[in-house]
Formats: sequence, structure tokens, C-alpha cells
Amino acid sequence: MSIGAAPSGPITEFGTVEGVGMGRVTHEPGGGPPRSRLARLWPWSIVLLGSLYFLMPLIGTVRMSLRHNQGASAAWRLILANEDLWPAFRESMVNGLATIVVSLLVIVPTAYWVTLKLPKLRPIIEFITLLPFVIPGVVLVLALIRLYSAPPLLLTRTYGSTRLVMICAYAALSFPYMYRAVDNGLRAIDVRALTEAAQSLGAGWPTILAKVIFPNLKVALISGALLTFAIVMGELTIALYMAQRTLAPFMADIVRNKPFEAAALTLIMFAVTWVALGMISFVTNRAGKRR
Amino acid sequence: MTYLTLERIRKSFGESVAVEDFQLQVAQGEFVSFLGPSGCGKTTTLRMVAGFEQPTAGRITLAGEDITNARPAKRDVGMVFQSYALFPNMNVADNIGFGLKVKDVPKTEIGARVDELLELIGLPEKAKSYPYELSGGQQQRVALARALAVRPKVLLLDEPLSALDAKIRDELRTEIRRIQRQLEITTIYVTHDQEEALALSDRVVVMSRGVVEQIGTPFDIYNYPSTRFVASFVGRLNRIPSVVVDAAAGIVETGTYRIHTNQPITQGVGSPVDVLLRPEELELGGAEANQLPGTIENVSFLGSIVRVAVNVGSTTVTVDIFNERLLHLPQIGETTSVGFPPHACWVPA
Repeated sequence: MSIGAAPSGPITEFGTVEGVGMGRVTHEPGGGPPRSRLARLWPWSIVLLGSLYFLMPLIGTVRMSLRHNQGASAAWRLILANEDLWPAFRESMVNGLATIVVSLLVIVPTAYWVTLKLPKLRPIIEFITLLPFVIPGVVLVLALIRLYSAPPLLLTRTYGSTRLVMICAYAALSFPYMYRAVDNGLRAIDVRALTEAAQSLGAGWPTILAKVIFPNLKVALISGALLTFAIVMGELTIALYMAQRTLAPFMADIVRNKPFEAAALTLIMFAVTWVALGMISFVTNRAGKRR
Repeated sequence: MTYLTLERIRKSFGESVAVEDFQLQVAQGEFVSFLGPSGCGKTTTLRMVAGFEQPTAGRITLAGEDITNARPAKRDVGMVFQSYALFPNMNVADNIGFGLKVKDVPKTEIGARVDELLELIGLPEKAKSYPYELSGGQQQRVALARALAVRPKVLLLDEPLSALDAKIRDELRTEIRRIQRQLEITTIYVTHDQEEALALSDRVVVMSRGVVEQIGTPFDIYNYPSTRFVASFVGRLNRIPSVVVDAAAGIVETGTYRIHTNQPITQGVGSPVDVLLRPEELELGGAEANQLPGTIENVSFLGSIVRVAVNVGSTTVTVDIFNERLLHLPQIGETTSVGFPPHACWVPA
């Protein structure tokens, strides 16, 4: 190896030279062709049309709820004073909560196990959870009634046992929403690494599920639960065929006989749905900030 | 004294064999690295020690106890993952204390141990931070502390630095070794980064296609590779196609030039062989016994070293020269010669 004098000449600074060979894009005011007024209005007109599409029926319903011949607030007063409303509402609430519990108990361990141990089964499980979309509600309820109306699974003899069958049917209806919500939640975390980390620290399955998996699925579980709740609150076919006194049959009855009260009730249910969506959004945003 | 033993371990997934006849004895407090390319079976072997995979055949013992079929939770091993695997719903203190809580250790003891470990990893002010508030390096320190909190018999690290940038990787590498020495904890470290394995380990296990190629100290692995794979995988290597002229005298010929080696040659006269050389053992010019004339093809300035590619007729060899401020950089197209002593080259069997 030959060693000589250091090369003479200016010291070169190694660094980044902006704009060299980078094809920089410049945005200068007035640099591009001027957009026509029509082009600027076009997106706004779409927004306006969309808004009208959704707002017109709502405005119509509000107006309808205020046109009762006993006064503007009469429809609201009468529907809130209806003695059948609150039992039906309570019945649907209980059904909704029970359905959430059943759905969570079935879906969370299944989705977790499939993600962790049987990822090849995922397409099959996804297909199964989609079945409620392709089987009409009326077919589902008739099949259930037929199956559970004779021994050895005679479960439609009493109101309570029929309600149990209905909750299971609702849980099946919620599978497409609940499974997707949970599956998305599981995909957002490294389930395998978290599980193995907990295992290597001495945790058993119940601890792993309760302390590691469930808390990290909170947003997904709340989303799935609220969607399930919304489905149960509005479900009519199964409730009618199973002769259950829930909110949807009550609403159907009101719509047939008392159109002004029906409009008021529709707006109340609409508000309940928005509160539920607001809750999802609030919880999701908070969790998003933490992540 | 042997602390962790892997006896004739085999692991297959259906028809595919991931690990074959793996044998290793690890002493207490030793730092052993599994080094090899992707798919060589190093992580599978580590996962078998952790209990996440079951060996198809063989036996694993830890501190005299057979743990081959024990559940991961019952093995007393701490694991650090490439992806950190910190629990996102818990803050740093809760992450570190998780294993102790699972073992029903009293709260005051957990608090004291967590504080001790936060000091050890140099993050005492981060106890209440959540993983998303930490940098990658900090997260991996917390993962290390969490694994150490339960005082495991063996610490397993699965490519813990792969997701970090170069500077942090270097810092954390030193940190891991410092902590390991301080705690004298038996450690198995999986990596595909040879520099990492050589810098950290007491011994390195080089693996390829599920088989152990060589087990040795970093010095031995680098300077005395026992197989062609080890020689080529660990460090850079020049290969000069040659023909044996006199095996007993250690003479081979490449083109019209003779190369002398004092390493044994097992092939017969006239056999085609490869002469292997490390780039840092070569020099340009000089007065070494072996000289191969050539032309400079390329010069790469890499900071601490200058890498020069020299065409020596039948092949191109790489010569690494230490950089210094008075160095005269070789020029492309210059004629030169590559020199090296007889002990610097060897002919693999």
C-alpha cells in the first residue's frame, strides 16, 4: 500500500443538495390554469344533492311528527306516554345486551383462536359468518321454529325459552358485523407476539384473554357491540314470528295505526342510533390517540 | 458446567425439516448466538427452547430439568421479540411488572423490582409512559426489562435489534451485553447479522438449512471457519480458482502465478480448488510472499475502510485498506499487485 500526501484541493462537504436531480414540484399562486367557476361548484353540488337525499325524509318526518290534530307536540307526548312503549323498549334493550354477550362469547375466542392457531381456516370462518346475509330472516326464523318446536329441542313452548332461541338467532344475525369488527381489531395488533410474550411471562389462557387480548380489542368490541345492539333494536321479522313484544313490532303497529306518533317514534330511534354512533366515534378517537 | 442442553433436536413441519440433529450445551451465564440466513432454523430452535414449538425428536434440559414438553409458562425463560410485543394497553411499569403480577408477587415487591429494572435500562422517568410514547430503542429496552423482571433461568432474544436503525442498534447491542454481563444471565440470541453475533457472543452457532455448520468463539468462527458456508457467510471472502501443484508443500497455481499456503491441502495434484482469503489480510503492493499482479477495477470509500476491487486475471479480489487521512487513494485503471502471506489463505476441503 503506498502512502502519499493528502490530495490537495478544496474540502468537499458531503451533504444533501436540494433540488439536484429531484424533479421538484413547485406550487406557485396562479401558476396553473385557472379553474372555472363550474368546476369549483361541481363538488359542492354533489354534497348538496347528497345532503338533500338524506335530509328531505328527515325533514318530512319532523314535519309529520308536528302535525297531530291535537297540537304540535301531541304526537311526541302521546308516544312517550304510550304504556306499551317502555316495556317493548326494555325488552329490546335486554335482548340487545344478551345478544352482545352471546355474540362476544362465541366470536372473540373463535376469531382469536383462528388468528393464532388456524389462520388457514379464516376464509371458511368468514364465509360462515356471512351466511346471515344470504339467508333471509324469514327463512331463518321458520327453520328455528321448526327445529325448536319438537322434542328433543322443544324450546318454543314458553315465552322465556322462545326468547332464548330468539337471542341466539339475533347473535347469528350479528356475526357478520361482530366477526369483522373483532377480526379487524385482531389484525391491528400482533396477536401471536403478544400471546407468546404473556405466555413466556407465566400467564395462562384466561389471563392472556382477560388482561392482554380483550383490553387491546376494546374499540373493536365496542363497535361490534353497538352494531349488534342497533340490529336487535330494529329487528322485526324474527320478533314477529316468535310473537315477542319488542320495540320493532310495537313500531310496526304504531306505523299502521298512528302515523303522527310513528313519525315521533322514528325520530327518537334515530336519535338513539346517533348517540350510539357518537359513542363509537368518541371511544375510537380516544383509543386512536393512545395508539 | 452445562446449564442448558439441546440433545439431537429435530423439528419438521410436515415433509419439510426445519432443524436436524441440533446439539448444544450452554454453560450458565454464557452468551450464545444462533447465526444464519433466513430459513436456516435458528428462530425455530429458539422457539423450541421457549416452548412455542415442540421438537419432533430430541430433548431439552434446563438446570437439570427436562423441559422438552413443558408449557411455555412453566419454563422460566424470558423472551424478547423482534416486534417488542409490549402490551399496548399497559404503561411501562405495568409491562415490566406483568410477569410478577401473574406470579402473585406482592405489590411492594413488584414496585421495587420495576424501579430496579427501570434504572438498569436507563429509563427511570418513563414508568408511566405508554409504549406508543417511546422510540423503538426505548421499547426494546422495556421489553428486555420485562423479560428480566421474573428472573428467568435463560434469556432468549429473537432478532431484537432488527427493527432499529443502525445507530440505535449499535448502542443497544452494547447495552444488552452490559446487562447480560451484569446479571450473569444465560442468553441465547438469534440474529442474521454476523457483526452482531461476533460482537456480542461468547460462542456463535452458525446454521444453514436446519443444520449446525460450526460452533465456536467469534474469533474461531471468523478466522478458522470449518466449512465453506461458514467462511462465506461470516465476513467477506475472496475466492481464487486454482489448481493444486504440490499439496505437501502447500502450493497451488492460478493462471501463471503460484500461491503458497501453510494451511493443509487435502486434494491431490491437478485438482481444481478455491483459495480463500479475507479482504483485510490482503494489501496492495508490499513484500509478502504471495503476489498477484492486477488492475484496479473499483474503489469504494466506506469511511473507516477503503474497499478496492482488483482484477487479478482469472478473478476479481477485494482488498480492504484501513482509511487514514494521509492515505493515497488508489485510482481505477492503475496496475498494482495484491500481496498476502502464506498463513492468510486456505484451501477448503
